[in-house]
Amino acid sequence: METQQTSKHSDAAKQPDPMLVRPLQIHRIIKELGDTFSLILQPQDDDADFPFQPGQFNMLYVYGVGEVPISISGDPARRETLVHTTREVGTVTRAMRKLKVGDSLGVRGPYGKGWPVDKAENQDIVLLTGGIGLAPLRPMIHYLLTRREKYGRIVLLYGARTPEDILYRKDLEKWRSRFDLEMHLTVDHATGAWRGNVGVVTSLVSRSPFDPQNCIAMVCGPEIMMRFAVMELQKRGVADDRIYISMERNMKCGIGLCGHCQLGPTFVCKDGPVYCYVDIKDIFTKREM
Amino acid sequence: MRDLEQTLREHPFLEGLDAEHIKLLVGCASNVVFKEGDFVFREGLEANVFYFIRHGRVLIETHVPQKGPIMIRSREAGEILGWSWLVRPYRWHFDARAAELTRAIALDGKCLREKCEEDHDLGYEVMKRFAVIIAELLEATRLQLLDVYGNSTNK
Repeated sequence: METQQTSKHSDAAKQPDPMLVRPLQIHRIIKELGDTFSLILQPQDDDADFPFQPGQFNMLYVYGVGEVPISISGDPARRETLVHTTREVGTVTRAMRKLKVGDSLGVRGPYGKGWPVDKAENQDIVLLTGGIGLAPLRPMIHYLLTRREKYGRIVLLYGARTPEDILYRKDLEKWRSRFDLEMHLTVDHATGAWRGNVGVVTSLVSRSPFDPQNCIAMVCGPEIMMRFAVMELQKRGVADDRIYISMERNMKCGIGLCGHCQLGPTFVCKDGPVYCYVDIKDIFTKREM
Repeated sequence: MRDLEQTLREHPFLEGLDAEHIKLLVGCASNVVFKEGDFVFREGLEANVFYFIRHGRVLIETHVPQKGPIMIRSREAGEILGWSWLVRPYRWHFDARAAELTRAIALDGKCLREKCEEDHDLGYEVMKRFAVIIAELLEATRLQLLDVYGNSTNK
């Protein structure tokens, strides 16, 4: 009996407190776009190990201002740093933007369910994303390319507002030059020297080379874009249980206790942010949700 | 001609169309090539043609004074370009320019309109197919108008 209790205690000791904020230092800041930036975080001590599943998020705390949920957008194989890309849209992210290299930021996580890496094995992969939605999918792209032989065709469909709003240009150029990843990029409208695709990202689905019967589609972007993306994938013959979407709600606790991010009978922070479409299709298009 | 007939017969847009009707279409068809930068059609001019793009990309543009051309849509290999030939007053509403070397099959819309008037079965088949394209473009335009990336946030 005593042994069992001791064992339980030692297991509990290994589990970090999910509400415990860990101070991390800003190692580097990358200005991605006019209002979008990436923070590369490292611990202040030597204990640098940040395992996470592609698609998970952390709660980032700007001291004295507040906490926001931000997807992890770095390479999951590089566990010594944490990368978060965000856009300046509210009080906390505005304050975050003002931070400098060497400043400290509170981090807790990672939280939530990520992309279905195991189910995707031996399947064609369709990564359909728009705008800053590429950030939560970037770890998945790194993950897939690290284990390239385990997957069929990989098709990345990315849409941005204009050519100037294209995120992670260097990564996109690198991926475009690969023979084992097919990338199609489009912008909603363009001026000047742009000679690429023009039109909404969903219009790329019908002409993309993947097997709808043997694929997993991962969709991330503004919710309205995802609704149209799901319709296009369905039109192409992709079954609902092969479509995964990353949802966004007002997450606070990150562990399914506070109820801020409730979506029907689920909590986005705990049961999501990545959902199989078949599990939420009845509430996905309901405006009351 | 055989190449044209085969290409049209195999094109998904004409899937299910009977052989006689395909032959009628072939009678209105010709191969065309546009070099990079060439205008495929110009706003305001008579619209009497549409294209099956075989290779390349065409950008649909509108010119805004002091801003220059704004690209609002592209059409790619495998897609159909142009539907103003089907709707009065048969004028192009936008400019279309080849973004790269583009090869296409041009269908004489005026000739096809006449054939559709004579043969309403053909007319119905053509209208059904263009209705799908017009609906898709309308839906895409609505989504474009929503400017969905304007206020998006990360998680």
